[in-house]
Amino acid sequence: MILLTLMAIVTIGVIRLRNLFGVVVLSGIYSFLMASVLIVLDAVDVAMTEASVGAGISTVLMLSVLYLTKSRESVPASTPVFPIILAAVTAAMLLFGTGDLPPFGEAATAVHEHVAPRYLEQSMAETGVPNVVTSVLASYRGYDTLGETTVIFTAGIAVLMLLRGRRKNPKPGKKA
Amino acid sequence: MKLDLILRVATKLLVPFILLFALYVQFHGDYGPGGGFQAGVIAAAMVILYAITYGLEPAKRAVPPAVAQAMIPLGVLIFAGTGVATMLLGDNYLAYNALDHHNPVHGQHLGILIVEFGVLVTVAGTMVAVFYTFAGRGR
Repeated sequence: MILLTLMAIVTIGVIRLRNLFGVVVLSGIYSFLMASVLIVLDAVDVAMTEASVGAGISTVLMLSVLYLTKSRESVPASTPVFPIILAAVTAAMLLFGTGDLPPFGEAATAVHEHVAPRYLEQSMAETGVPNVVTSVLASYRGYDTLGETTVIFTAGIAVLMLLRGRRKNPKPGKKA
Repeated sequence: MKLDLILRVATKLLVPFILLFALYVQFHGDYGPGGGFQAGVIAAAMVILYAITYGLEPAKRAVPPAVAQAMIPLGVLIFAGTGVATMLLGDNYLAYNALDHHNPVHGQHLGILIVEFGVLVTVAGTMVAVFYTFAGRGR
């Protein structure tokens, strides 16, 4: 609860701040808080990824983008009415959907009754890997992980092509 | 430049341990938290830390951009190639049991290790290559 409150405070800070350097630092803090939340939820593997990718690499990449652009956010010309409506509708839909979610940690839900028990029971005998996350990731769901790796490959190549192709252009491109 | 000196010495001390930790996360991923994705990011973070304190040029001498870029498709090739190898050994795509006919569990273990290594190579290569191109665009 404390962590979530802190995350909310950081989010408000991100929205209010116009100094982009501060925003980048705050999003790093947000990622670390998120990683702590994930550790509380016992998802250590995801927490590790969040801490290293979200707080580490993203922060560095955002800072190097800041080096190329201005470090102050320009004041928007008009009040963003449409984004507010869009955000409100999305939030309402999410809240509506959350009501139908099963209680946290409930054993008798669909996700825990399909293949998960088999993975948990058979993983050690079939793969000899004690960390079930690894065995599911690399063996049972090997196709998915191959797809993820291909996504990283494609994204990396695309970013490199975008950044390379516009080198002649004196104005540096922006990438979020 | 006193601060710079401290940073340089600290970085020099830290870099081997960061690499060691990345390899630990990689190869201990079977037993503890971690795996290719995390290890790749940690390894890339090592190169980026080195580049930030020592400058881009020494980092590019240590890890040439061409190597980083070659690593991006190489990792996917290792992953997909493992699948082809298991097919050639007479099993389904990415069915690691075929890697060791006497002991399927060993085959699984080996397959997971190889595949995670492929993930590491692609992730680390992508991160370092993207960082190089961003940093190389400076004024």
